[in-house]
Amino acid sequence: MSMVSNIKLIDENGLRIDGRKFNELRPIKIEVGVLNRADGSAYIEWGGNKIIVAVYGPREAFPKHTQNPSRAIVNARYNMAAFSVDERKRPGPDRRAIEISKIIGEALESAIFVEQYPRTSIDVYIEVLQADAGTRIAGLTAASVALADAGIPMKDMIVGCASGKVDGKIVLDLNKEEDNYGQADVPLAIIPRTQEVVLLQMDGNLTREEFEQAIEMSKKAALFISNLQKEALLAKYSRPEEKEEVKEEAEQENHGDDDHE
Amino acid sequence: MDTTTKKIVLPGEEIDLQGMKQGNGIYHENGKYYAYQLGMLQFYNNYVNLIPLSGKYYPVKNDKVIGKVIDIAPSFWILDIKGPYPGFLHINDTPWKSGSGELNKIMNTGDTVFAKVNEITESKQIWLSLKDNGLRKLEGGHIVSVQPTKVSRIIGKGGSMVNMIKEITGVKIQLGQNGIVWIDGEPDKVLLVIKILKFIEDQAHTSGLTERVKEILEKAR
Repeated sequence: MSMVSNIKLIDENGLRIDGRKFNELRPIKIEVGVLNRADGSAYIEWGGNKIIVAVYGPREAFPKHTQNPSRAIVNARYNMAAFSVDERKRPGPDRRAIEISKIIGEALESAIFVEQYPRTSIDVYIEVLQADAGTRIAGLTAASVALADAGIPMKDMIVGCASGKVDGKIVLDLNKEEDNYGQADVPLAIIPRTQEVVLLQMDGNLTREEFEQAIEMSKKAALFISNLQKEALLAKYSRPEEKEEVKEEAEQENHGDDDHE
Repeated sequence: MDTTTKKIVLPGEEIDLQGMKQGNGIYHENGKYYAYQLGMLQFYNNYVNLIPLSGKYYPVKNDKVIGKVIDIAPSFWILDIKGPYPGFLHINDTPWKSGSGELNKIMNTGDTVFAKVNEITESKQIWLSLKDNGLRKLEGGHIVSVQPTKVSRIIGKGGSMVNMIKEITGVKIQLGQNGIVWIDGEPDKVLLVIKILKFIEDQAHTSGLTERVKEILEKAR
């Protein structure tokens, strides 16, 4: 952030280096149920970000002293693969990963009915396969889809988006270059139904007006992404029927071929 | 009310009760009703219920479950019942007598039992029992796990589905409410039943399942 550079991030037509407008999101694709062993799972592609999330639980919390007799604990683990960034990332949790795990866990906790499962833990594993700025929000967005897939009772599915300041302008959903050479980055996550804020951070400096503008833009985008989450979940549960139809059609065709012979 | 309409709802989705009462899987906030988890809405007997499409088994008293012994304590076995909590089976709740107190001579780790949920304490301890008809230690056979939310589909209306599978294939099937299925019979038939179970699990939210399963079974015969 705030690195001195003469790279032009916004051209004279107001377009950003990847050709987006100031309020345009990168393409997002969400897939549900990608892992067979996990209780729930999701895969998200958000621009250059590729993240896989696995959810286990509720299951008995271990070690035993972490158990809470009145509610479930949410263990989120955000992990970046060694190959996820340009220069090899040293494997294992670092200061940044520990921080992100904590805030994602707390954000998810605010939406889950944790009182329903005392003494248990709900484990969320967020594996970043490829990073391109905005991984914490992309990870969180995928994590809430995976939780829904795991059948965990929730108030709503958490969703988020980041905004920031690039070349003195407030823009939505920063990419790698904008994040590195821009002036500010503000990730935000909300509970869409109530619009409660469950995660909010700021890296860099913004005036009050700029900050409010960024929040407003992120919220609007988050509500749009919320629909993508829902579509992804519904797609999983309509998929088998379609498959069945295709199979039947194929069978009918095969019978037709038999007749010819 | 039409009971065949099946709408898939997502956690936090607002639900129109249409003048009916709030059933399972629905919570309310500020006078509005919302879905509690991913599931299917069912309008039944003036109640709106949400039937989960996924999720772990949550023990309910008198449920019959299949558990695997994972540990042995001085007077009880600790069983994995695929739920959020382990199940405990006390020697006094079994037909056996503890002679010198060595429980591992009766059942060791890795053995499976078909037991009933006897009691759930306030601190969510699950106590199981073997004292009822048909409850026993399961010898031989194969263990398959399916999603616990799909067990009712495998049973079918009044047991129609499972009875039909048993009749046509001739294998013994024991279903646990927790999604563990015990199968015993000829190897090729067992494989067929496993395939059928996976098919039902995959298609649980569609209608006319029994007929389609019957077709597959007839074809395989």
